[in-house]
Amino acid sequence: MKKVLRTPISDSDLDGINIGDVIYLDGIIVTCRDVAHRRLIEFGRELPVDLKGLAIFHAGPIVKRLGEGKYQMVSIGPTTSMRMERFEKEFVKQTGVKLIVGKGGMASETEEACRTYKALHCVFPGGCAVLAATEVEEIERVEWLDLGMPESLWVNRVKGFGPLIVSIDAQGNNLFKKNKVLFNERKDKLVAEISEKVKFIK
Amino acid sequence: MIDVDKFTDIVARFLAVSGKILPDDVTEKLAELKAAETGPLAKSVYESMFENQQLAAELNRPSCQDTGVINFFVGAGDGFPDLGKVAEALKQAVIKATIDSPLRHNTVAIFDEKNDGTNVGERAPFIHWDIIPGSDKLQIETYMAGGGCSLPGRAVTFMPSAGYEGIVKYVFDTMVEWGINACPPLLVGIGIAGSVENASLLSKKAILRPLGTRNPNPRGAEMEILLEEGLNKVGLGPQGLSGNSSVMGVHIESAARHPSTISVGINVGCWAHRRGTIVFDKDLNYQILSHKGVKL
Repeated sequence: MKKVLRTPISDSDLDGINIGDVIYLDGIIVTCRDVAHRRLIEFGRELPVDLKGLAIFHAGPIVKRLGEGKYQMVSIGPTTSMRMERFEKEFVKQTGVKLIVGKGGMASETEEACRTYKALHCVFPGGCAVLAATEVEEIERVEWLDLGMPESLWVNRVKGFGPLIVSIDAQGNNLFKKNKVLFNERKDKLVAEISEKVKFIK
Repeated sequence: MIDVDKFTDIVARFLAVSGKILPDDVTEKLAELKAAETGPLAKSVYESMFENQQLAAELNRPSCQDTGVINFFVGAGDGFPDLGKVAEALKQAVIKATIDSPLRHNTVAIFDEKNDGTNVGERAPFIHWDIIPGSDKLQIETYMAGGGCSLPGRAVTFMPSAGYEGIVKYVFDTMVEWGINACPPLLVGIGIAGSVENASLLSKKAILRPLGTRNPNPRGAEMEILLEEGLNKVGLGPQGLSGNSSVMGVHIESAARHPSTISVGINVGCWAHRRGTIVFDKDLNYQILSHKGVKL
């Protein structure tokens, strides 16, 4: 059965969700990336959207303007989450956001935030931006348009938004970190093997 | 005299198409890698990727939201007329495609830190020129350099004592640390030369080579295969979630080095490798080499 989270998300909604699980989202997800994180954490500017219990999407979409305050989501895939690692722990603490969606892994600060404040980091398959756009029912509003199309805060109402692959769960387990240990073990052996065959300077 | 408006219009339409449909060689390679996956998570990620490409074609939308900073690598025949007008026409084509396709607004001005929404600006689009003696054609490689796959890009200069062994380690370290987040399976471009900017430029040229082509030097070709097989054994899988492969390919381009230095540049292309090749003759008849059967 499909596991679906609905906003507002409570701490107990995250019970029993583990890394590697695939989940979906119904409700509100707000795009929030580099500059929005910087404005809140470094410059102390209040976010124009209350994210308590909601989801954020590390994403910068292509949006078509249909008329005054009316927009269509054309293409919206995830961006590299690791760029927000510097800010994410404090961001989760200050906003009460429950679900962070992006691509690639995040590191120890975000793990700690997910464990302490109960939240998840999930991967939406990167590059699958039209798939994601078709799961956006409506753009409810947009804030901080001065940041330009990719960096603005787009407030999306979504249905069956996913697949979302859980990369950090609310216990702080980290799928990418686990995978990376394995990748690094394999790497060292392979580098040694290949190095023997490329001694062209001799 | 070429009809500059016509040229601009064709390039703009080609750019738009190249953001919606992947080149034939990439689609073919992805199908091959998809078929070789065995784990349920890797398989389902590939399913999403193929579903996405189908939706992008059906709905006529950019398949990835990050349509990049546009790069043109131009092979200019010395007999092609009006070469002096090409750069401005390419810039106008980007402005037009940004509206018509649409493309995401991606050019941020350095220092001023403003994005004016045009996708052009200081040295944007980025244009690189090669002159082709004895040709009256104009070959344009278009590339959408997205942020995700530009992020792992790096270059370093080693001392010769590090050898090609140093390059191998550098490539593997970069792939595990950074490639994992750059939407694998990746196309890995490596430039080897005597200074970082030479190596970097060559690493970008390397990812514009069609998949399946090999470095002309037998040792170069061997090193490509060794790295390709080795990186696949690391098993990054689609999106770095682990699987039976990591890369679509490894391409190496090289230039003679200085005796004291060995520089290496790395650039990767994500699975949504939006490269396009179009060739114009002097009457602006064109042939699309990367996307067979595509109508503009």
